[in-house]
Amino acid sequence: MSTTAVETAVSLDNALSTAIGARKQSSVEVTDYDSRQTVGKITVDHPKMICREVNVYYGEKHAIKNVGLDIGTNEVIAFIGPSGCGKSTFLRCLNRMNDTIPICRVTGQIKLDDDDVYDKSIDVVQLRARVGMVFQKPNPFPKSIYENVAYGPRIHGMVNNKTELDELVRDSLERAGLIKEVEKRLDEPGTSLSGGQQQRLCIARAIAVNPEVILMDEPCSALDPIATAKIEELIDELRENYTIVIVTHSMQQAARVSQRTAYFHLGDLIEIGDTDQIFTNPRHKLTEDYITGRFG
Amino acid sequence: MNKLKPSAAPVAPGRDIKTIVNASLKRRHAAERRFRWYGLIAIGLGLIFVALMFTNIIGKGYPAFWQAYVQVPITFDPAVIDPQGNRDPKAIETADYAALVRAGMRQLFPAVQGRLELRALYGLISSDAAYELQRQVQQNPALIGASQEVWLLTSATVDTFVKGNIDRTLDETERLVKDNQIEWIDKLLAAGKIQKQFNTVLFGNGDSREPEQAGIRGALMGSFFTLVVTFLLSFPIGVATAVYLEEFAPKNRWTDLIEVNINNLAAVPSIVFGLLGLAVFINFFGLPRSAPLVGGLVLSLMTLPVIIIAGRAALTSVPPSIREAALGMGASKLQTVGHHVLPLAMPGMLTGSIIGMARALGESAPLLMIGMVAFIVDVPKSFMDPATVLPVQIYLWSDLPERAFVERTSAAIMVLLAFMILMNGLAIVLRKRFERRW
Repeated sequence: MSTTAVETAVSLDNALSTAIGARKQSSVEVTDYDSRQTVGKITVDHPKMICREVNVYYGEKHAIKNVGLDIGTNEVIAFIGPSGCGKSTFLRCLNRMNDTIPICRVTGQIKLDDDDVYDKSIDVVQLRARVGMVFQKPNPFPKSIYENVAYGPRIHGMVNNKTELDELVRDSLERAGLIKEVEKRLDEPGTSLSGGQQQRLCIARAIAVNPEVILMDEPCSALDPIATAKIEELIDELRENYTIVIVTHSMQQAARVSQRTAYFHLGDLIEIGDTDQIFTNPRHKLTEDYITGRFG
Repeated sequence: MNKLKPSAAPVAPGRDIKTIVNASLKRRHAAERRFRWYGLIAIGLGLIFVALMFTNIIGKGYPAFWQAYVQVPITFDPAVIDPQGNRDPKAIETADYAALVRAGMRQLFPAVQGRLELRALYGLISSDAAYELQRQVQQNPALIGASQEVWLLTSATVDTFVKGNIDRTLDETERLVKDNQIEWIDKLLAAGKIQKQFNTVLFGNGDSREPEQAGIRGALMGSFFTLVVTFLLSFPIGVATAVYLEEFAPKNRWTDLIEVNINNLAAVPSIVFGLLGLAVFINFFGLPRSAPLVGGLVLSLMTLPVIIIAGRAALTSVPPSIREAALGMGASKLQTVGHHVLPLAMPGMLTGSIIGMARALGESAPLLMIGMVAFIVDVPKSFMDPATVLPVQIYLWSDLPERAFVERTSAAIMVLLAFMILMNGLAIVLRKRFERRW
């Protein structure tokens, strides 16, 4: 299974480099460095989340500047950009994880289906049950594997009895592709797993509450290539049922897993579009520099 | 690409890096060796003083765990105990048991005659002996009319002499035991009728003016009640405060001010808390003096800042990723804290609390202010009974000149130290037991 994943990854990489090479010949108008206007179409036909004029301030610092984009239903959208460009900050606006930072202030509109995420009537508890999150560093609870996955359904009261819970835990672990490895040791602490397994456990934990959107903040940056390939494969499978937003430092990863890509730079959304187009035919100078490795 | 090339190091011409490093190497190593020696000397000094303290205290205190008893033939004469013959408890309680003891002593030494001689003979026995007989008869009225050998507590002077702390070569006028008493003691010792037995009095009695009857039970119970109050108040309040300040409170000028004040409170001399307790709890609220309840309240005030500071440190040491994980799952703030953060911080909090409690156990100054320094014979039975605590008992006994009290002072210190070590050991065990890795 892992071999195929790696092979897939390699072939995708090759396709990407050929594509980047091919781009040189095409003659599309490229926007200049100085422009901070978003290039590309921010809307989609079936949006799951709609963000408009989002601004984020950390105290005096203007971290996200007037960003607007749509996140389509059942699509994987990748946020790329150099460190400190605001992609993680923006991601954390989508389930209001920024609320935990006292000096952080968010303005603008973010809608999940028809609900305004920042509306007073929306409780963060409900929002985060609908918009799950996977973090950069695998962070399983220092409890058993079973308890890790069972935690979400339990606090939200999603199950009525132990049998249902057992089933849900197994199902979640299966969908996260972890069941074979942990079936025999559900009582062992989650922290005893390897890094990649821990991260898949965190994904299982997130999908156990059956969220509508899953946010992934550089989910593979602490993992080796094989574990990374597994997670990427998993993301591809999860797309059938979930909308996934992934922040990544690896452009290859963005190219491999996402359908749309958004490039952030110093708090601005510089360019957004289909992943193929972004990587083969960037229309903004900054995007071009970044994906060709000249910068970032 | 130019940046990646290593630039030429600015080395003085004619000298390579090896000679430069070697020149300073000896000095660097010497500094390290010196530092190690300083460390070893410091540790050595510390250990020497600890060893000195322990040998001194144990050397002085261990004889207090044994007490000299004398075997006396006692006839439980019905004519003395129960002249009416109706086993009236009142009569049994008020009977002249001292007469039985005196009769027993005369039976041991029939040759002794004369008022002064007899008084010296009776002086070998503690005044507690009569009460001991009374207790035995009250427990078992069938004893009345019987004759049996009874082990009775000797007076403190005999105890001291038997333990070899009175020099028999001294002139009689400078000695606590007189020549005739020494003669009787020697006879009894030779007959095996004086024995050193385990000192149950020390652990069974409250304080007393008679050294051989003085024990630490009262002080132990006082310490126990006081610490129970302290723990019940300071642990929940301290943990709640720490959790609120660390996890819920907004970070603003007010919380900063509170934090600074809590840190300052931890450094306030403990006697100040005693004065506060006197003014607030006793004078204002009218609570009784010398009560463990008030002592516990005062010690809570003293321990709270310690627990809060330890609790906050334990909470900060929980990695933020755990909080994020729980919040990201849609757990509410309280669920995050209750399910994940607090269990992980608990070992640290418990350790801090136990160390705070150990400090409270050893505290005497604030308790002096609220009257827990009184001479209290009865063992306290509740939180409102007048009581004293171990450190204060030690302080009280350390003032007294009798050899038996000197021993008991050290013995009480040993008991106190044993509890301290026990509590600190418990803290270590808890920390090891519940330590988690993430």
